[in-house]
Amino acid sequence: MSTETVEKAIEKKPAEALLSKRRKRLISDPLVDDNPITIQVLGICSALAVTTQMKPTLVMAISVIFVMVMSNLVISLMRNTIPSRVRIIVQLAVVASLVTLVNEVLKAFAFDMYKELSVFVGLIITNCIVMGRLEAFALGNKPYDSVLDGFGSALGYSWIILTVAFFRELWGSGSVFGLPIFDYVSSIFGPDFKLATNGLMVSPVGAFVILGLIIWVQRTKTGYVEH
Amino acid sequence: MELFNLGIRSIFIDNMVFAYFLGMCSFLAVSKKVSTALGLGAAVIFVLTVTVPVNWLLNEYVLKEGALTWVTADLASVDLTFLRFIMFIAIIAAMVQLVEMVVEKFAPALYGALGIFLPLIAVNCAILGGSLFMAQRDYTLAESAVYGFGSGTGFFLAIVALAAIREKLKYSAVPNGLKGLGITMLLTGLMGIAFMSFMGIDL
Repeated sequence: MSTETVEKAIEKKPAEALLSKRRKRLISDPLVDDNPITIQVLGICSALAVTTQMKPTLVMAISVIFVMVMSNLVISLMRNTIPSRVRIIVQLAVVASLVTLVNEVLKAFAFDMYKELSVFVGLIITNCIVMGRLEAFALGNKPYDSVLDGFGSALGYSWIILTVAFFRELWGSGSVFGLPIFDYVSSIFGPDFKLATNGLMVSPVGAFVILGLIIWVQRTKTGYVEH
Repeated sequence: MELFNLGIRSIFIDNMVFAYFLGMCSFLAVSKKVSTALGLGAAVIFVLTVTVPVNWLLNEYVLKEGALTWVTADLASVDLTFLRFIMFIAIIAAMVQLVEMVVEKFAPALYGALGIFLPLIAVNCAILGGSLFMAQRDYTLAESAVYGFGSGTGFFLAIVALAAIREKLKYSAVPNGLKGLGITMLLTGLMGIAFMSFMGIDL
């Protein structure tokens, strides 16, 4: 009798498709409708400081994707063994270990980048998106779903900081990924024509203004209004 | 005099918020009312002033290359720098826990008002950033104490000023998409321009 019910219970739950509708939403929601930066106001801290150039921003984005996916996976695997009173410390320890890993890898294989990013790789630890997703999702969901959720949120974060970096590098230094776009354009129109760069874009102020404008455009599109 | 200059520098010129974007999460989220902003700012000053020197001691006597020579001379080649992130964040989390207990005991009203943001000071980038900058710039113990206090004060000024502006902002007609976060970012940019005027001071 008892074995029968167990078997039935197992049969009742057919394996969910690897990329079912619900799981696709885990990835696609944080991209626009529930974007961690523009809607949830998380993780602005460590992001903006590196966005003067595209290249360090890309490295930062990849690091954050790695840390988020891995930490979501680890915490989700451990979720039933973590006592809720010490969960913050456990989360911090896991995230800090992963960030240390990223830091050491950068130090070994991309020393210039390591120097340029300086303390901001370490500050991924205190990036609110990472902790936020661990608290809100990984602690209560299965590993595979948590990985997708972490990946989605990190992607939502990445495209925003890459957009900010694109405009800041283009207008601030006149280049994209180090390619001197402004010089090309100027040379097409002859020697008298010169596109000027705006120094304000390189300073932190540029980042605040660009992000403010991106938020405006994005929220107008989604119709999200904060009260 | 050097220390005084460092203090002024960390409050105004190298302001945590406007020059390094640190502590933005709580800066944006807790700046709706001046009273809560005051509380959070004070808590940040306190935690930074305590954690930066404590982390300095940790870095100088445990983590740095050859720092363990005070135990025995054999340990001169040991380099524990890679443990820096974990150790710093552990110290910070412990200190924040302490502050939380003190505030809960002696100022329950403030404790209620700060809500979730008190434990979140542990993951406030400004706190960890302060310690990491201290380690990177090779400050002395006195310098690190002044730096911790100064950068905390810088954060305090920034968040209280923003909260005061946002209280007035309630009576303005802001376009729908800009309400809340958008207009706050633009405001922060304008305040950043104001703070840029301090850059001309030669210290």
